[in-house]
Amino acid sequence: MLRSHRRLLPAGAAALLVLGIAACGGTTKDSTDNSGAAAQTGASADPNAKLKEGLKIAYLPKQLNNPYSDVEVSGGKAAVEELKGEYKLVGPNDASASSQVSYINTLIQQQQDVIVIAANDPNAVCPSLNQARQAGIKVVTFDSDAAKECRDAFINQATTQGIGESLVKMASELAGGAGEIAILSATPNATNQNAWIDVMKTELAKPENAKLKLVKIAYGNDDDQKSFQEAQGLLQSYPNLKVIVSPTTVGIAAAARYVSSSNYKGKVAITGLGLPNQMREYVKDGTVKKFALWNPADIGYLAGYAGAALASGQITGKEGEKFTAGKLKGYTVGAAGEIVLGPPTEFTAANIDQYHF
Amino acid sequence: MSERAVMDLDRAEQAPAGGMELKRRLGSWDTLIVLLTVVVLVVASLGVPNFGTGRNFTFLILDLMPIVLVALPMTFIIITGEIDLSVASTLGLTSSIMGYLWNQGMSIESIIPICIVVGAVLGALNGFLVTGLGLPSLAVTIGTLALYRGLALVVLGDTAVADFPFSYTGWVTGTIGDGPVPNVLILIVVLASIFGVVLHATPLGRSLYAIGANAQAAHFSGIPVARTKFWLYVVSGAIAGLVGVLWTLRYSSARADNGAGLELAVVAAVLLGGVSIFGGKGSLPGVLAGVVLLAVLQNALRLQDVSGQALNIVTGALLVLSVLLPNIATSVRTTWQRRKLRRAATV
Repeated sequence: MLRSHRRLLPAGAAALLVLGIAACGGTTKDSTDNSGAAAQTGASADPNAKLKEGLKIAYLPKQLNNPYSDVEVSGGKAAVEELKGEYKLVGPNDASASSQVSYINTLIQQQQDVIVIAANDPNAVCPSLNQARQAGIKVVTFDSDAAKECRDAFINQATTQGIGESLVKMASELAGGAGEIAILSATPNATNQNAWIDVMKTELAKPENAKLKLVKIAYGNDDDQKSFQEAQGLLQSYPNLKVIVSPTTVGIAAAARYVSSSNYKGKVAITGLGLPNQMREYVKDGTVKKFALWNPADIGYLAGYAGAALASGQITGKEGEKFTAGKLKGYTVGAAGEIVLGPPTEFTAANIDQYHF
Repeated sequence: MSERAVMDLDRAEQAPAGGMELKRRLGSWDTLIVLLTVVVLVVASLGVPNFGTGRNFTFLILDLMPIVLVALPMTFIIITGEIDLSVASTLGLTSSIMGYLWNQGMSIESIIPICIVVGAVLGALNGFLVTGLGLPSLAVTIGTLALYRGLALVVLGDTAVADFPFSYTGWVTGTIGDGPVPNVLILIVVLASIFGVVLHATPLGRSLYAIGANAQAAHFSGIPVARTKFWLYVVSGAIAGLVGVLWTLRYSSARADNGAGLELAVVAAVLLGGVSIFGGKGSLPGVLAGVVLLAVLQNALRLQDVSGQALNIVTGALLVLSVLLPNIATSVRTTWQRRKLRRAATV
């Protein structure tokens, strides 16, 4: 008897192998049929359709209890309340794709009208989102998009162009239209920052900005101490510097901290992209006159209205369709179902106390 | 001869706590879990809106698939008194390798067996460290948990591979004839039956209990303890590799962090199912009930909009109770028995 069981385990392992090899045909990357996309309803948009009341709109952020996404969904809640709908917030405790899938499945079972999701993995949530859409649920993504073929619309917080333009506009205002400016970026190969800086260079080359001179691009590597030292270095090397533009939240906070504690306070302006909570004291003490960032609450708000417009038939997610998003006014659906929130929000001493993120 | 040795061992294992008595009690914990599972299923079907639908059944089975499959070899390993905490990392590594090979243009029909073999090899390394070098399995598999996950990140980095063929991803997420029964349920039933028969109806199965009860006694009665344990780790790795493939296909996404934390869900289900963490006790029906109970609770509570944190609290409390209750029952029973013996002695 013992003899036989000695062979049972190896035999079991071999059987598992056979299970794996069972299907032989040779499907490779080149021969694939990825036709798993959902058949979308061919219904056309009716721009005059009224927004429905009582819509069940569920928000599924990347993970719960993240301060940033808490602000985003708070905007969503406000939108759903205005729409007289039923707001729901669900989400995993960990930012993993697989746990989001279980929540999507639950939302399908609960027959929601709209799912607003920030995808943890653009592809892993795809089959479930398509199941949801087949069940008549409209899917809006925000923050980070899912694959295009499995959602109806994507709320893009800001375009590269919009951010670059806004940074130059603020720098120009703070420099009084003329003078030396410098950029304090993240790392030399940071994708987002480099894209924004490219737009800034194009903007600075325009005749209206001819008197602004970009003297240096420094890199603080998104490290607080390094950014602090780089800010210090910039001011020592360029005594006539008027503005430091930092398109990264780490850089702008470090630069503001240096300037607020030095003789340069009031002589050199700091601006860029920052978080209101980090920048509040520097705005209040006058070091920073203005800086910008997209408003996370508006992302959730716009997503709620886009979802309602989809569920009411006002839009279907095709390019060129128009809808109104409450206090944010009119929006037009862009290519591939993208809806751009708009230029970043500018924060100044006058409005900073309204924002908490 | 060996047959009898195993039977003797069975008896020896039960003797200290009192023969048939113990056997009945063991049976009752399994029965309790099965009954509890049935009760929860009925309550959920009647009381939770949208629970008792065909589609929810599909979702439920898909959600518990990785846990139940990995739990099968885990039950065997824990019964022998060992543990394998590296299963989720093995899953992640095979998923990464699957994505890497797919990007290299290899056919999926060759990738799938390769992934299962890779899983088996990873399991064999665990098995060698535990049985060949005699290291404690808890330490070894915590080590390989980190090692395999690290390798997974080396293979695929933080990217994801997603363009797997729909004929495969669709099969894993699909159902038989578009009904409510998911295709993967066939796989679960086949594998669970094989493991169930091996554990409860073969000498090999009985030898696992003997090893868990007393490895030395098992060794002296002719059971190849080290070799058996080694192959258990190989099977555990192979199944984890298979689940890595299924996981990747289900989510159409090969990622290094796939399945992170799954080992805890598996061990929780196995212990809830009445398998003793010290080895020597447990049954497969109990484990299956444990898996289903946890999955149904999660699913039903989520449908009732219970938050993720509360879900963790419920499953955690359930797990503590599942370890606590049998212990309390045992101590109550031994006190009672001792009192009876003492009374008998004074008479």
